[in-house]
Amino acid sequence: MVAQNIGFAIIAAMMIVGALRVVTTSNVVHAALWLVVVLAGAAAQYILLAAEFVAVTQVLVYIGAVMVLFLFGTMLTRSRIGRDSGLNNSYAKLGIPVAVVLFAAMALALSESFGTEKLPSDGSLVTTQQISDQIFGPYLLPFWALSFVLLVAVIGAIVLARKD
Amino acid sequence: MLSLLAVEIPYWGQSLLRVLGGLVAVLLPAGTIVYVFLFKMMSFMQSRLGPMEAGPYGSMQLFAEVGKWLQKEDIQPDNADKRIFRMAPIVVLMSTFLLVAVVPFGPDAWFTDFETGVFYALAVSSISVLGILMAGWSSANKYSLLGGLRAAGQLIAYELPMVLAVIGVVIQAETMNLQQIVVAQNAGSIFGSDIVGNPYVLTQFVGFVVFMIAVQAELTQAPFDMPIAESELVSGYMTEYSGFRFLIFFIGEFATAGVFAMIASTLFLGGWGVPFSWFGWTTMDSVDNWMNVAGPLIVFTKMMVLVFLIMWIRFSYPRFREDQLQRFAWKVLIPISLANIMVTAVLKVAF
Repeated sequence: MVAQNIGFAIIAAMMIVGALRVVTTSNVVHAALWLVVVLAGAAAQYILLAAEFVAVTQVLVYIGAVMVLFLFGTMLTRSRIGRDSGLNNSYAKLGIPVAVVLFAAMALALSESFGTEKLPSDGSLVTTQQISDQIFGPYLLPFWALSFVLLVAVIGAIVLARKD
Repeated sequence: MLSLLAVEIPYWGQSLLRVLGGLVAVLLPAGTIVYVFLFKMMSFMQSRLGPMEAGPYGSMQLFAEVGKWLQKEDIQPDNADKRIFRMAPIVVLMSTFLLVAVVPFGPDAWFTDFETGVFYALAVSSISVLGILMAGWSSANKYSLLGGLRAAGQLIAYELPMVLAVIGVVIQAETMNLQQIVVAQNAGSIFGSDIVGNPYVLTQFVGFVVFMIAVQAELTQAPFDMPIAESELVSGYMTEYSGFRFLIFFIGEFATAGVFAMIASTLFLGGWGVPFSWFGWTTMDSVDNWMNVAGPLIVFTKMMVLVFLIMWIRFSYPRFREDQLQRFAWKVLIPISLANIMVTAVLKVAF
């Protein structure tokens, strides 16, 4: 268990540094690349929790698709090299209390619902098969609803982007 | 676990072997591919001899080239974002090393026995896009940026058909573990005959073709080499790179070709295995230990066949136009692979 804790601490420290750099760096592309560090750290934490499928999905969706699209967009529009002024707008300070409140709410919710409960340490893995049985069994309707929301978003994007 | 020829190796020894094996599994195919295909086969197809001076039939040419690159001055453009400029080639090479980690080479000769092997391979292969975008942006060069953006657009478009083509195999094998996919192919049978096992290239031929086209595009080999189109963009995102940084990109390109060919041979050609019926094996545990030595050679042979296909197409066809490329991915490959999934699923339930 000690090795996992050390691994957790190192990755968590890396994620915190990355998250702070995302909001403090003065270059949009640098911010996006620091965000990659944070998301990769999250994937590594999932691996430590023996949640392979979630970790791989995190890499595929967030690093492989979302961040690439982020970078693609920023590079197409404002891809200056060097420092960029005026990245913060006048509401920047408002972010701090919002972040604190969110953190408090999430910490409270987690400690209230799980308390001192621990994950079984006998290494009982949730396999991909079990996940798919859950998604295509009891959670089929939410799954369909989510797919429908995504479909709506795709159609909306096409409607907005088409000129004719 | 790793009982190579029935010799028990301690855990640290296994780990050391796996790290060394990973280096060999990335660098050896890269060197072989460059010499056999890029130097010799390309020359043959263009009616010339290729390198002949360094060593017999120019076989030492590769070492000469590497030496030349290592000697060159390390140039970084004045306006470049230096740190990201230096990181980019390493990110690309890292993606290749992560990719080889799931390829099985024998019953015990694997690097990681990952439950979600195929899924993992598809996920980490997309990390190289990040490296390419970083290279294109940090070079502070219009051509580099254009090359990087083209590469990103192309890789996103062709990742989808690749994932969809693999789903057919996953449905048939009922697992995402590459090791078990190998076993499912070699222990299987077609119409009751188990002479050749059940390599999925036969039952999933559509998936195989779509997968190989997508691999060709992911590797940005011609006819999909718009990101480094030399007549339009100098050499795309690699324009500003010289010396050993260019060398890393170059190794990354051909090592990734080799690793993708290994994954394709694992998914569609039966991987390290021979049809189990030949030796009376039935399951994974009954496979003899000598397969740990023969397995890597079998994978290597299959990889060479598939890389030959990739290179043959690369040297034969002219470049697509950018709009043709996107239309081909979204309007041809994705519908075909979706139809393939549907047919596979129906047949799987029916039989």
